[in-house]
Amino acid sequence: MWCDGCPGDTFKLSQLKFGLHKMRNIFAKIYFSFVFVCLGWSLSAAAQFRVDVSGVGLTQLPIAVAPFRGESGTPQKIAAIVQADLERSGQFRGVDITGTVLDEVVRPDVAVWRQKGADSLVSGSVTRLADGRYDVRFRLWDMVRGQDLGGLSYAVPAADLRLAAHRISDFVYEKLTGDKGAFSTRITYVTKAAQRYQLWIADADGENAQSALASPEPIISPAWSPSGSQLAYVSFESRKPVVYTHDIVSGKRRLVANFRGSNSAPSWSPDGRMLAVTLSRDGGSQLYSIDANGGEPRRLSQSRSIDTEPVYSPDGASIYFVSDRGGAPQIYKMPAAGGNAERVTFAGSYNISPSISPDGRWLAYISRVSGAFKLQLMELASGVVTSMTETSADESPSFAPNSRLIVYATQQQGHEALMTTTIDGKVKARLTGQNGNIREPDWGPYQK
Amino acid sequence: MNSRILSLGVAFLLAGCGSAVKLDTVPVEDKVGMPVTQPDSEGMGNARLKGDVAAVDIGKSASHATHPVEERVVYFDYDSFVIKPKFQSLIEAHARYLKAEKGRKAAIEGHTDERGGREYNLALGQKRAEAVRSALGYLGVDDGQLEAVSFGKEKPLTQGADEAAMSKNRRAEINYQ
Repeated sequence: MWCDGCPGDTFKLSQLKFGLHKMRNIFAKIYFSFVFVCLGWSLSAAAQFRVDVSGVGLTQLPIAVAPFRGESGTPQKIAAIVQADLERSGQFRGVDITGTVLDEVVRPDVAVWRQKGADSLVSGSVTRLADGRYDVRFRLWDMVRGQDLGGLSYAVPAADLRLAAHRISDFVYEKLTGDKGAFSTRITYVTKAAQRYQLWIADADGENAQSALASPEPIISPAWSPSGSQLAYVSFESRKPVVYTHDIVSGKRRLVANFRGSNSAPSWSPDGRMLAVTLSRDGGSQLYSIDANGGEPRRLSQSRSIDTEPVYSPDGASIYFVSDRGGAPQIYKMPAAGGNAERVTFAGSYNISPSISPDGRWLAYISRVSGAFKLQLMELASGVVTSMTETSADESPSFAPNSRLIVYATQQQGHEALMTTTIDGKVKARLTGQNGNIREPDWGPYQK
Repeated sequence: MNSRILSLGVAFLLAGCGSAVKLDTVPVEDKVGMPVTQPDSEGMGNARLKGDVAAVDIGKSASHATHPVEERVVYFDYDSFVIKPKFQSLIEAHARYLKAEKGRKAAIEGHTDERGGREYNLALGQKRAEAVRSALGYLGVDDGQLEAVSFGKEKPLTQGADEAAMSKNRRAEINYQ
């Protein structure tokens, strides 16, 4: 044996097949789960969060993520993070792996894992290096065909162990679904505790939060720049709302909108060069664009109503926004340089907080329905709207960069929480990492 | 561990993997643009303070100015920015003060109750503040002495979801600088 103390299968070099499958076939195995007609919580192997699966006819790929050899001695449990990522995506169902110890080299017994119901298996190892970093290795196995789908290795400091796990999740997700994973991206959000507001940057799973700004006055409407290096947000630190841009690594802030009256609702153009904002400098709340470095604003809307919450379309050609020019707030769309607006939402009498998916297909927004504030999803091509949640205080939806998940703020049992939902509304998860009043999430771009 | 077997195993691993991908190690930045104080870590742990996010702390609030005219809050009905007649005398009192003290500036701060979206409520609060500003203007106050701003639903006077509490939050405050 080449490995002391490794239980399980005998390692035979001659049996290893390392054909790398670079195809992007989708292993679409239809898997019906009949159990959850009404809401139910199921504890995943990663005890830190719960995934709520509702509805029938769910297509989920069963996958086993075995504890990584050596991870019991490391600060982060790689396998649990990977499994939680994959389950939160809604496209995977974790298979029980208790009692298993594998690594990325030992070929798993196909019969055993088929019997446990797994179509795929992830195994790996974590080894402490002499310089204090960790060598993280993994391999993805196809248990249907008994094939190795590839693997990678990363050498990372302890602080990046979670990121390594998220990269593994991305690899697995892309291999098995054909879509790009967004697990190693980041989100921003605001917390409020007593008289202290903080703006946080966390991993997409809500963990690993770092404070970018602490203030005695409110912070709202944070927005990631397209490059991921800056946030724009509204701060009330000078007793009126003003817009800052903020370099995350250096902490350097730039006051870009402090015009007379209120300045709010920043939205970055896709090329990162402009911000659309709401200003009251000319009376009322109207839309303007300004250079992201600050400067003289250019007015985009000309109405006597409230025009606010501008968001650029992903191609930069249009701006969606909220206006009550028709008597009550609805979502409209106009050319990015201003011009005639066309109405987009028609159902309901109060529609706000638009967010466009990066692939341009979907519009998420909040609708007031019988006094409750509820997340809606419109397919832009057809105009068909679907209600997404069972909660009644939804706010601030934001799409993942792969357009497959939406993060939003809501209240559960009277407490503020951040949730993610799949765009079919069937799989939701509550993000952990922070307690207390938590709101205003925005999902960051792919890390470059 | 037999190093020859190990290197053979690694060779197989790398042959099968293609290129081993190195993660971009996040640069450990100790640069901070502004003074950092972290009175409580809120469960973050010191290990991440020197990560790739600089912690910026604004510190304490600016102190409030004095209130030369005692009655300074106008209340509004739900979804409304119409000033009710009972607040007319309040506005007249502030108008008299501002016309007498042309050097004084006032900020009119509009607020809403907690129902609804943050940005839309910011705009509603702005309408309330501007209604009071207009009313002062009609009474002859110089517009240059006034700034109308909004806090939306961010600074309620009272918590509570009952109508009594919420009605106290739908307001415009006149604050002197």
